[in-house]
Amino acid sequence: MSDITEAGPMRAADGTPLKKSLARALRRQKLRALALIAPLLIFILVTFIAPIADMLFRSVENQIVRDTLPRTVAALKDWDAASGEVPGEPVFAGLAVDFQIAAELKNHTKLGSRLNYENPGISSLFRKTGRGAEDIGKTFMDRFVDVNEAWKKSGTWATLFGDDKWLADQAAWAAAKDKDAKEPPFKLREGVADVLPVTASTYRTFARAAQQDGRKSPVDTKPWPVLFTALGQDLANASPESLGALGGENGALVQEVATAVQGFETFGYRDAFLDIDKGWGDLDKWETIKAYSPPYTPGYFLNAADLEKGPDGIQARPEQQRIYVTLFIRTMWMSMLITFSCLLLGYPVAWLLANLRSSTANLLMILVLLPFWTSLLVRTSAWKVLLQQQGVINDVLVWLGLIDDANRLIMINNQFGTITAMTHILLPFMILPLYSVMKTIPPSYLRAAKSLGATNWTAFWRVYFPQSVPGIGAGSILVFILSIGYYITPEIVGGTRGVFISNRIAYHISSSLNWGLAAALGTILLALVLLLYYVYDKIVGIDNVKLG
Amino acid sequence: MSIARPEIPTPSLMGFTLPIMAIAGAFTGYVVGTAHGTPVPGVVIGIVVAVALGYVLAQFVPDRRIGRLGTAALAGITGMALVGTSGLIAGILIGLVLSWFAYWLSSGDYRASVPVYATAGDVLWHNSFKFVCGLIFFFLIAPIVVVLPLSFNAENFFTFTPKMLALDPEGYSLKHYRDFFTNSDWQGALWNSIRIAPVATLLSVSFGTLAAIGLSQSHVPFRRAIMAILISPMIVPLIISAAGMYFFYSRIGLQGTYWGVVLAHAALGIPFVIITVTATLVGFDRSLTRAAANMGAGPIRTFFKVQMPLILPGVISGALFAFITSFDEVVVVLFVGSAGQKTLPWQMFTGLREQISPTILAVAAILVAFSIILLTTVEILRRRSERLRGMSPS
Repeated sequence: MSDITEAGPMRAADGTPLKKSLARALRRQKLRALALIAPLLIFILVTFIAPIADMLFRSVENQIVRDTLPRTVAALKDWDAASGEVPGEPVFAGLAVDFQIAAELKNHTKLGSRLNYENPGISSLFRKTGRGAEDIGKTFMDRFVDVNEAWKKSGTWATLFGDDKWLADQAAWAAAKDKDAKEPPFKLREGVADVLPVTASTYRTFARAAQQDGRKSPVDTKPWPVLFTALGQDLANASPESLGALGGENGALVQEVATAVQGFETFGYRDAFLDIDKGWGDLDKWETIKAYSPPYTPGYFLNAADLEKGPDGIQARPEQQRIYVTLFIRTMWMSMLITFSCLLLGYPVAWLLANLRSSTANLLMILVLLPFWTSLLVRTSAWKVLLQQQGVINDVLVWLGLIDDANRLIMINNQFGTITAMTHILLPFMILPLYSVMKTIPPSYLRAAKSLGATNWTAFWRVYFPQSVPGIGAGSILVFILSIGYYITPEIVGGTRGVFISNRIAYHISSSLNWGLAAALGTILLALVLLLYYVYDKIVGIDNVKLG
Repeated sequence: MSIARPEIPTPSLMGFTLPIMAIAGAFTGYVVGTAHGTPVPGVVIGIVVAVALGYVLAQFVPDRRIGRLGTAALAGITGMALVGTSGLIAGILIGLVLSWFAYWLSSGDYRASVPVYATAGDVLWHNSFKFVCGLIFFFLIAPIVVVLPLSFNAENFFTFTPKMLALDPEGYSLKHYRDFFTNSDWQGALWNSIRIAPVATLLSVSFGTLAAIGLSQSHVPFRRAIMAILISPMIVPLIISAAGMYFFYSRIGLQGTYWGVVLAHAALGIPFVIITVTATLVGFDRSLTRAAANMGAGPIRTFFKVQMPLILPGVISGALFAFITSFDEVVVVLFVGSAGQKTLPWQMFTGLREQISPTILAVAAILVAFSIILLTTVEILRRRSERLRGMSPS
């Protein structure tokens, strides 16, 4: 130990200062711990946290309007709803192209039902327009085909818009007739998008749809009528010089038809739409489309809180459409009742278990743990069997003569059924934390209180009860958190009046397909649960959760 | 059970025993009488028989065994003569309960578990408290027990038929079990559950154990935050997890696939593994690994030879929790899975919601037996773990 006599900092065996060496060891230890945790953390982030984040995103996401009606949305930017007039011709021109594409891709009904959540009636308007929109394109098609029969052929369109290399590849693919060969992905001819922007983008959509749909070749697929509408619009805007840039035989075709277009009578897009459905003249329909054209919307959250966006800002929904606030309040109220009845039933049992000899307590503990380990579905079906009108409890009551056979009690498909069954299902979650807290309260405190003259009640209330409060807190929050998000049991024994917000979420996911609203409702519920989780963590600590 | 109190003369408890026996007799008589269709005579006969029984047992039959067996035999024979097989069983049960009650009252046993200085009010309070607790235990266990006999119902009913109550062998059958084992819907569901749960368990246990070991090191940065994230699948309501997974998994093409369900279930099982394994590691003696290292074992060898055997009970019980989570899970599989991943709980859920078939009860009975096995295993493991770590098993 001659080192001690040396001046300067203490050194480790290899000569580095001890402080540095210790810090390095600590860092290595931390890294090792993190390396052990990392795989699971990544796993949970991908399989669990990402889905939750996706749900949060979906509750505000609103890309569908912008994706389905891109040209309309762009043209609507200049329209002001306060002007009191429906949008002008450019918007309808955009709508003519967008709508026909949407109808070809069968997207218009999706958008219709999405907007229908905000403005009932839009869905039927969209469906009707979807059937009639093709006529707009057909008008243009007839005009074009009159000029030159070649426009009818799909090959004309393909050579006009397809890249030369792609055309060759596509021809080779079609010739090979190999079912497994991958169809070469469509590529737009260079420069054509500058001259005929609307038609080029429409043709790209058409080609991709054709390739996706049953592996047909765009070269052999009958062109959509919307292509003619788009070309008509492009030609009306294009200058003759730029059309000259399109060389070759197709260039000649385009120039020929461009000249002819000058002679066509102007097509009234707005009138065409009004002919299909008068609804397009309604200001509120356009207000809705404009209001929901941004990519993000608070609409789902407003809906989840029974509010809506009106002309004068946010307002309450009409009386008969307000259901979610009631449902949230009912969920909270019933969860509270369930928590309370669990506490009422769990407290005496936990007390008994904590104060019995440990061999007896262990035996009785099995009675608590068995329901805990039994499948949730088994317990729910047991309650269905017990509570039915022709079920065991009613049968016993009738048999005992306590009730009349004609007046059997209705105990299922209502709130009573949900509360009874869920109290039974969640009772172990109350008993176990209560038990583990009560186990730590020395029984001598009660005896001491009594020997000092306290009555039984005072001794319990002033001495024992305050010490058991942490257990009550832990158990209550746990039961409340679990019950607030329950789905299965209310679904089976709750009927219509005994269901929770979760059942509504499930309904919106699987039946009404209003995913955004489901996500918004889920986000609100999640926020509520996380708040309680935080409180639970403060009171109990998540590290102290015990099972069994 | 009797406590030696030689200096206190035992008072006669007859004046106390007989009225209470009368009440008990009236109650039993009412139930038996109703079953027979004659409630009022039943009450009268019940009172008379019970009071007589209490008097005779207390005064003349000091040997409890003889007294109780005799009463049970007498009541059983009476029941057999009046009703038949079900009467025999009901009679024996009533005889046993009433004679036990008579001795409990007349011998002063009802005071046995309270201190000698307790007042009459204390004793009454104590016994009613025990009775209430008994009722709560009944509430806990009865719904599960009821399923067992009902699953042998010969009819397609969800309740006891008169034949079943008469203990007629014709009222019972194994047809629901036969349906479960032959119906392709149920077998497919069972097979799916068996295919999904073990793989999900394996995933959560292997990731979870590693992470729990990492978390139990002395210096872990962001320990609380990491723990909160890892426990969150247990706290977030299932419907929210299910909704999120449905949206996200359909984006990445996992929705409706076997692996989608397995990954989802593995995520749900992880908190249980983390909790049980960290609980085992709390009592783990670090000097053991140091000793192993000192004797020349590498980290991997130390882990498998020293640490693993000691935390194995915790790992296995965590695995059982994860397994039961997956095996019992229905909300997430309902959304993430498609018809090809229909598990047993899913099939039960559709069965309960749409076409009510009593086969559900047979499945429920099988699952109850299964959970009893699991519960026993976990209990044994817990005790073993505590013994291994030098704690006295409680």
